[in-house]
Amino acid sequence: MTELLVGTKKGLFVLEGRPDGEFAITARAFPGEPVDYAMRDPRSGRVIASMTSPFYGPKLWHAEDPAGEWTQAEGLVLPADADGALERIWVIVAGEADGSLYAGGDPGVLFESGDGGATWELNSALWEHPTRPSWEPGGGGLCLHSIVPWPEDPDRLALGISAAGVWLTDDRGRTWRQGNDGLVARYLPEEAREGSTSLCVHRLRRAPTRPERMFMQFHGGVYRSDDAGETWTDIGDGLPSDFAFPLVLDPADPDSAYVIPLRADMDRVTPDGAVRVYETRDAGASWRARGDGLPQREAYLTVLRHAFDQAGEGAALELYFGATSGEIFGSTNAGERWFTVAGRLPPVYSVTAVR
Amino acid sequence: MALVRVRNPLRSLAGGRSEHRVEGATVVELLGELERLHPPVAGWVLDERGRIRRHINVFVNGERGGEATAVDAEDRIDVLPAISGG
Repeated sequence: MTELLVGTKKGLFVLEGRPDGEFAITARAFPGEPVDYAMRDPRSGRVIASMTSPFYGPKLWHAEDPAGEWTQAEGLVLPADADGALERIWVIVAGEADGSLYAGGDPGVLFESGDGGATWELNSALWEHPTRPSWEPGGGGLCLHSIVPWPEDPDRLALGISAAGVWLTDDRGRTWRQGNDGLVARYLPEEAREGSTSLCVHRLRRAPTRPERMFMQFHGGVYRSDDAGETWTDIGDGLPSDFAFPLVLDPADPDSAYVIPLRADMDRVTPDGAVRVYETRDAGASWRARGDGLPQREAYLTVLRHAFDQAGEGAALELYFGATSGEIFGSTNAGERWFTVAGRLPPVYSVTAVR
Repeated sequence: MALVRVRNPLRSLAGGRSEHRVEGATVVELLGELERLHPPVAGWVLDERGRIRRHINVFVNGERGGEATAVDAEDRIDVLPAISGG
């Protein structure tokens, strides 16, 4: 059985199904409220969801059963002397230490929980980083959207912030340094690119069996790092467009990555009215389209940065993504063949898959 | 004490009651006292800086009020979400 936690503009939807069968909605929570992200902690089984009320602000909730009672988490606030308030929690990720969870939010903030998500504390070193006044928000705000632990080493972590680039720590968040060498911000004038921190990372993932290897979808560019995020190489050649938001890896294959290209920065829909996922199995040297079963005509979809996820690995790799037009598509054979999981949900903000 | 009226979800967070007699000389003092009396309300109307959230409207006796609006014991304060969204 595979579970999909789907954050939408109008609440959290839980879908369950067998990879070879139909999926059904088994729970809905926070009806009417925007749910940015939800995940199930694989260690505790607890579900944690980020909801941003347009009226009452961002809240994080946890539940043992998403169809049951939810409890509001505590501590997700900025210091009282901050210029603004916390705008949104974009992502929640299980850390490597026991009970550790991370949450990333706007304005470029990282929170850590040591008790499985009940209480949280702001990472002060990132909050007080001397370069922070120069950080610029992307179109979605100053969002810390990617939190990438290093398997079995809680001291090492990488972050992606739009639009403040990649941040690395080797001492569990006591100090942070940038990891942006090789990234090219084509949206800036050439003379303004050197040393700029205005780097619009869209999504960051790490290959778990070779953790020094990372892949990135950038705001114009797909990149790979083989030195744990210190330097980056553009691997976007061969794609119909290198503009996109999400990115997924096959955990079993450190040479693999999947992206869903959109036409361009100024036209964020699937190119040529066709929905295609692109796969590399040679670390970005080549890409091939994976569209069998996906809409191939009159389909202009937008897939957001957290709306693409994977379960399983290798030949049994399951892939799922959702669109702002309310569809969810899935594949149970590493993208070879796709099927429609759901067709009429509210605009999809995030999809996380658990098998 | 002024009368503060709230609707759901604030009502549920404030002990299930929509009407609350609260002490305070200004709107923001009243809202802070409401949070103190009902801790689950904290962070919902006032943000972490103690400012009224952008899309919350506060009316004092039917007139739009702000954080510094003075209130007295006979006043009625309505806390409402703005009419917006999609």
